[in-house]
Parts: sequence; C-alpha cells; structure tokens
Amino acid sequence: MTARAAKAPKTAAGFALLAFTLLWMGFIILLPLVNVLVTAFSQGIKPYLAALDTPDAHAAIWLTLLVSAIAVPLNAVFGICAAWCITRFEFKGKSLLLSILDLPFSISPVISGLVWILLFGAQGWFGFLLRDHDIKIVFALPSLVLATVLVTLPFIARELIPLMEDQGTDEEVAARTLGARGWDIFFRVTLPNIKWALLYGVLLCTARAMGEFGAVSVVSGHIRGLTDTLPLYIEITYNQYDTIGAFAAASILAGLAIVTLVLKTILEWRFAGELAAARRH
Amino acid sequence: MSLIVKNINKTFTNFPALRDVTFEAKSGEFIALLGPSGSGKTTLLRLLAGLDTPNTGEISFEGENYLKLNPRDRRVGMVFQSYALFRHMTVAQNIAFGLNVRPVKERSSKSEIKATVERLLKLIQLEDLGKRYPSQLSGGQRQRVALARALAINPRLLLLDEPFGALDALVRKDLRRWLKRIHHETGVTTIFVTHDQEEALDLADRVVVLKSGKVEQIGTPLDIHSNPKSAFVFDFLGSANKAQGSVKSGVAQFDGFSAPVIGAANDGDYVLRFRPYEAQLSRGGPGLPVTVTAVLPAGSTLRLELTGTDGALFETQHTHGSEAQGFQVGDTLRLKPERVYAYA
Repeated sequence: MTARAAKAPKTAAGFALLAFTLLWMGFIILLPLVNVLVTAFSQGIKPYLAALDTPDAHAAIWLTLLVSAIAVPLNAVFGICAAWCITRFEFKGKSLLLSILDLPFSISPVISGLVWILLFGAQGWFGFLLRDHDIKIVFALPSLVLATVLVTLPFIARELIPLMEDQGTDEEVAARTLGARGWDIFFRVTLPNIKWALLYGVLLCTARAMGEFGAVSVVSGHIRGLTDTLPLYIEITYNQYDTIGAFAAASILAGLAIVTLVLKTILEWRFAGELAAARRH
Repeated sequence: MSLIVKNINKTFTNFPALRDVTFEAKSGEFIALLGPSGSGKTTLLRLLAGLDTPNTGEISFEGENYLKLNPRDRRVGMVFQSYALFRHMTVAQNIAFGLNVRPVKERSSKSEIKATVERLLKLIQLEDLGKRYPSQLSGGQRQRVALARALAINPRLLLLDEPFGALDALVRKDLRRWLKRIHHETGVTTIFVTHDQEEALDLADRVVVLKSGKVEQIGTPLDIHSNPKSAFVFDFLGSANKAQGSVKSGVAQFDGFSAPVIGAANDGDYVLRFRPYEAQLSRGGPGLPVTVTAVLPAGSTLRLELTGTDGALFETQHTHGSEAQGFQVGDTLRLKPERVYAYA
C-alpha cells in the first residue's frame, strides 16, 4: 500500500487550485464535447438522423470500423511478438529496438502517412511494381490500414512489456518441464497471464486507430464514400458548411471514444486487481 | 547406476560455468548439489532438465542418452525457488497441468486425472485447498503444491532448485522433514540444489560439493563432514579457525604443544584449520594465547569470540554449563585444538 497523503483541500489556495483544475478541464474537454452534441442536435433529432443516414456517412463509419478491425489485430499480434522478444530473449540492439518502437509516439502523423506515399505512390520506390500488377495501395484501403498501423504500433507492445518483464519466465519454464509444447505454453500459461493488459492495450489502440486523422488524411486521397474515414468525413462535411452533418458524425466518433473510455475504466478497475494478485504471487 | 553425468562442460560467453563435472546417482538416491552462488549448480540442474545443453559431455539415465531427449520426453519433475506456480490456475489445476498437456493419445481420462490430483493433495496435506489460487497460499504451501505438480507427471527424476531458499528458517526445517518423508514414500531419484550446507547434509544420501563449476568432493554427509578434502569444503561446511603451524610425520606442531592432523600427507608449514567445537579453552597450560573479545550465550551452544596475539580471530563453542561459562571478556586464555586439518 502506498501512503495516502491526499485529503480534502482546506486552505483557500487548495480550493483555488482545485477550482482552476476543474474549470480548465471543463473549458478544454467538457465544453467542446457538449458543443459537439448541442450543435449536432441543434435542429432536432430528425435532421441529426438524416445527416447520418447518407451513403457517404454510412461508408465513412463502415470504413473506420473496417480499418480499425484490421489494424488493431495486426498490432496485437505484433505487440505480443515484440513483447515476447524483448522480455524473453537477450540480444544485441534490444534497447535500440525499444527506442524505435516508441518512434510513432513522437513522430508527426503526417510523416507516418507520407512515408507510404513515398513507398507505394505512383512515383514511389515500389510504384512501378504496383502499377504493373494493377495493385492499389495508396488512396485505397491498404494504405489507410498501413498508416493506422504505423501510428498505433506501440500501444499494445508498450502495455505488455512491463507486465511480462515483471512476471518473468519461470512459469513458462515450469510448463516446459511438465511436458507442454510451444503453443500449449503460450495459450495455457502466457496468454492467461497477460490477457487483461492485452485487452487494455487493444482498447487504447482501437480508440487511437478510429480517431486517427493526420496520417490517414495524407494517404486517403479523399474519395468520398470510398476512402474517407469518419475523421476525414467530418472535415469534409464541415468545410462544405454542412454543420449538422459534420457535428452528427463527430458525435458518433465522440460516442465511440466515450464507449472506449468506459470500457477502459472498467478494465483498469478489473486489471488493477489482477495485477495486484500477480504481484502478491 | 541410474543417472550418469560424465565430463560435462558448459561455457557461457567466455565464462566457464561447468568444468569436467562427473557424478552418478543410484536409483532412488537423494543427491544434494552443494555450492556457493556461481558454483554452477543451477546450470547443472538445467542441463539435467533439458532446459540447456552442455558444450561437451554425456548425461544418461537408465542407459538412455538424456541429451538426445527434449525436456518433455525426459520426464523430469522440477521445482523452482520461485515456486513458478501458474498464477491464474487453482491449486488443483496447477497439479493437473502436466497431465492435461499430454498428447491426446497418452492422456489419462478426466476421472483418472482427478484421482491423481486428489491423491497428491493428500500427500502434500492440502486436501481442502484444491480450489485456492497460489496467491492465497503461504510460501511453504506454495512450494508443496509445486512439488505435487512435479510429482504428478510421475517423474523418473526429481530436480529441486533451492526449493526452500525463499522461506523462513522455521518453515524450512519443517519442509525439510516433510521432503524426506515424501522422498521415502515415492522413491524418486532426486537431485537437490542448495547453498545451505546444513540442508544438504541433513537431506541427502550423498553430497556433491561444487566450486566454480568443478566438483570439489563427493561423499556421504558424514564423509564430507568428518573428512573435507579441501580447504574450500572445510570452510564452506562451517566456521573455521585458522592458525599457522607445521606438520611433522602426521602431527601438527604448535608453539609448545601438538595436535593430530587430518588431510596433509607431506611435512611442512601449513595454515591449519580447526572447528569451533573441536578446541579446548583453559586459563593456563599449553595452547595458543588468546583474549576473550565476546561471550555469546544465546543459542544452542555457548560461543566465545577470541583474538590471538597477532590479531587473528577465533571462535569456540561449548555446551552450556561447562567450564567455559566462567570466562569473561578480557580474560587471557589458552586455546588448544583437539584436531586440526591441513590443506595444501
């Protein structure tokens, strides 16, 4: 148990600090969120529903879910592999690998998009190959997935590495001496031990993947109804002065974010118990 | 011989962990690998389990080349210092693990597995705790579960890696007695790694003493205790007093007295060693002149700390109520070893 120093504020300075924090959060986070909903419903529920019930809006929602549904599992598999390598093997360049893994956190999303244009665009390194075989990557689903994967690459691995480091390899070694094979060890021992952290990472990754704008904007080509994800669709409708449309779409995205947040909170609560149990072990 | 380990060498990047290690274990024998940390005993255990491979050498078990078998075909049960219980499984699930991961063809039926688990829970005296999780058990209970889990696969060889290292002294003693009983009941050939000489001498049929990856001595506990073959073994087995002296035709010569010698064959000058409980203290007569620096009466024996004229430190042990009771800090006494050990 860590010592509890926290208590209710008693001094004027304490109250002022608390009031400032709450006001600032209200101004920076809550007000815009409320604004989204108020604007979306400013003309009533019918125009709101109508704005969402267009083929382009449907396509944007669908595409966003599709891209996330591909990108997140890819990152989950990569995250597990990377965490396994880093926590289970000793090799040269391990710390370098860890630094590179964090690169997507610090790099501008625009660059995360641009690299794919430079690789797979018409003038890109592999452009000629793709043209010859009539494969579309840029301005199509594959590049949207690639850009999203790149931006959200570290989320799951970063959740797993500290936990797996902490848990060590003893249980896996024990399983091996008891006759378990590789997959048995993974599914019966490793995976159950990391499942909550994995789920937590998947949620964070999903939230980020659905909301990604910069990288996706570069590679999308903005073909309405085809390569516009929800964030891009919001921008376009807004630029066309379709306020209700833009804010209605934004409310969907905000809704998805809030659902993720609620799930994340539930998990954190659940996961804390698991982690504490793991530490007690 | 059931287990034969022959000329094993193992080197980790430029660090020789094991050098030409050879020993054997009879069927059902309890062998202790004793050595300080870094002596290679855990490395040796991992080689036996198949978790690592030696650079050169042979390991065979009942005539079968063990090095050609992968870990799961060796049928070794291993117990770790950290328990390594599966934290998300109950005690019963932990014990059943080795049976449940067998290929379908070799797997026992559900009811058979259940019966085995119940039998083992009874053996480790935790019948009612099958549904608990490891985090709900004490350290001693966890280690018992770990042993039951290892025994569940009906191992041919049981490997214990400092199993009591993380437990407190009272629990250790209790588990030691208990492990002896289990070994007696199951009769599994057992290799036990420890750095605790008392544990090794108490438990094992034979002890293999390791030093920096080499076998220093092999023998029964009595053998090792009464006839340590090197200064290292002597010092490792218990506290040692050291005094300069010479050996002449099998007798140690000190200034004004002599003592029988174990160890050295050749005459010459030696650092002579003797145990705290194999020495006499008196107010006069022959012996090394010493001054009492501390009297330690708490414990199973009365202990005295002494300083020689040249600043050398000595320790002696006496039964409570003996003549030594009367000695006080500052007294000048004579220390006369009953027997000494000499090593080149």
